[in-house]
Amino acid sequence: MIAIVDYKAGNLTSVKKAFDHIRAESVVTADPEVVANADKIVLPGVGHFAATCALSSAGLREAIASAIQREVPYLGICVGMQWMLESSEEAPSVKGLGVWPGACEHFPADVKAPHVGWNQVEISHSSSRLFRGIPPRSFVYFTHSYRVPVIEATVAETEYGGPFSAAVEKDHLFGTQFHPEKSGTVGLKLLENFCNL
Amino acid sequence: MLTKRIIACLDVTAGRVVKGIKFLNLRDAGDPAELAASHSANGADEVVLLDIAATHENRETLVDTVRRTAKELFIPFTVGGGIRTLQNAREIFDAGADKVSINSAAIADPALITQIANRFGCQAAIVAIDAKRSNQSGKFEVYTHGGRKTTGRDAVEWAKEAEKRGAGEILLTSMDRDGTGKGFDCELTAAVGEAVRIPVIASGGAGGSDHFVEVFGEGHADAALAASIFHFGLSSFSDLKQQLQTAGIPVRYPC
Repeated sequence: MIAIVDYKAGNLTSVKKAFDHIRAESVVTADPEVVANADKIVLPGVGHFAATCALSSAGLREAIASAIQREVPYLGICVGMQWMLESSEEAPSVKGLGVWPGACEHFPADVKAPHVGWNQVEISHSSSRLFRGIPPRSFVYFTHSYRVPVIEATVAETEYGGPFSAAVEKDHLFGTQFHPEKSGTVGLKLLENFCNL
Repeated sequence: MLTKRIIACLDVTAGRVVKGIKFLNLRDAGDPAELAASHSANGADEVVLLDIAATHENRETLVDTVRRTAKELFIPFTVGGGIRTLQNAREIFDAGADKVSINSAAIADPALITQIANRFGCQAAIVAIDAKRSNQSGKFEVYTHGGRKTTGRDAVEWAKEAEKRGAGEILLTSMDRDGTGKGFDCELTAAVGEAVRIPVIASGGAGGSDHFVEVFGEGHADAALAASIFHFGLSSFSDLKQQLQTAGIPVRYPC
C-alpha cells in the first residue's frame, strides 16, 4: 500500500488518480499510523514551502523520518522534493527534512517565475531507477517558483535560468520537481517505476 | 528549454461542449470528457474547461463534469466559470482540477485571488481577463459576465493588480477576435505580457498555425488557447506543433 500523505497542501486528487490509473494500491491519508505502516510513501505538494509545517504538527514528519530510516521508499513531488533539503528561501525559518544539505532557491530575476509548463529533462544518471525506460530529453510538466540546485543526488537536470534538479534519487529516496501525475505517459511511466521498486 | 504551450479549451454549458462566435450563437461540439481525453492523446499540452453559462445563470460550475473529465486526464487541467468563493474553488480542486480560473468574481472581489493563492498556491490561481478594444480610448477594456458587462477598467492595469494579488497566470481573451478565426490579438497580448512577470495565455481568434506563430513571436505569449479549430478537426496538434517547430518556436514535440 502506497501512502499519499495529506497535509492539506497540493493536489492529492491528481496523484491518487494517477496511481489508480496504473492500478497501484494507494490511500490518501493524514494518519501517522497509516504512513508508518505503508510500503511506500509519496509526499505530493504544490504551493508554499511553509505548508510543510503542517507535517510536524500532525506527527507526520516523525512518521516519514522513521520510515525513511527503515528504508521505506519515499517519493517527494514538487514541494515534497524540496522538503528533502534542509531549507528553502521561500520560508527560511521552516526546516526541511534535511536528508540532503542545501537550500531551495528562487529562480534568477532574468527569467519569468513561476516556471510553468513543459520542459525537458536531461537524465544525467543512466542507472536511475526512476527513469528506467524513459527516453532522454522527455518533456515533463513543471510549475514552481523555487528550485533545488544541482546536488550530489541529482539524476535529471532541467534548464531554466540555469540548470536545476528536475529529479533526485539515492537508494530508496526519490524526488521530482516536475509533476509526474500531470506529465502524460512519461509521468505515468515514472510512477510505475516507483511502484515497481 | 521551456516550451510554448498549446491549450485546448472546452467551453461547456449543461455538461456539453459548445462553441460560439463572440460569445454568441452556440453550437454543440461534443462530450467534455471524451474531447479532453482525445485532445490529450493527440498532443494538447493542457486542457481548460470553462462553464460559460455559470456566471450568467447564477449556477455553480458543474462539479460532476469536472470530475468525469479529470478522471482520465494526466495533463494540467484548469476549470473556470461560476467560481465565486473559496469554497467553490475547493469543490473544483477536489473534483480533480489543477487550477481554477476566475473572471467576474475576481473583479467583484479581488481578495478572492489572494485567498485562492494562499490556500492552493499561486500556480493554481488563474485570473481570466476578457478584453475589448475601446473605440474611444484605443485602450483595452475589461468585460465580465461572459462579455456582457463592461467594467471600465484597463486590461493592462487589471493584469498587474491580479499579479500583485497572487495570480499565477493570466488567461487573456480578446473579445474582438474570439470565434472569428482571424488570429490572436497580438497587440493586446504583448501589452499585458510586458506589464506582468507571470505567464500570459493568449486566447481568442485562432484560425490557423500562422496565428500561433504570430502570438508566440510578436505577441510574446507563453501559451495559446483555442477551441473550435481543435474540436472540429481543422487543425491537429501534431501538425500545428511541427509548423511551430519549423518556425523556430520551442514546443513539446514529439510528445
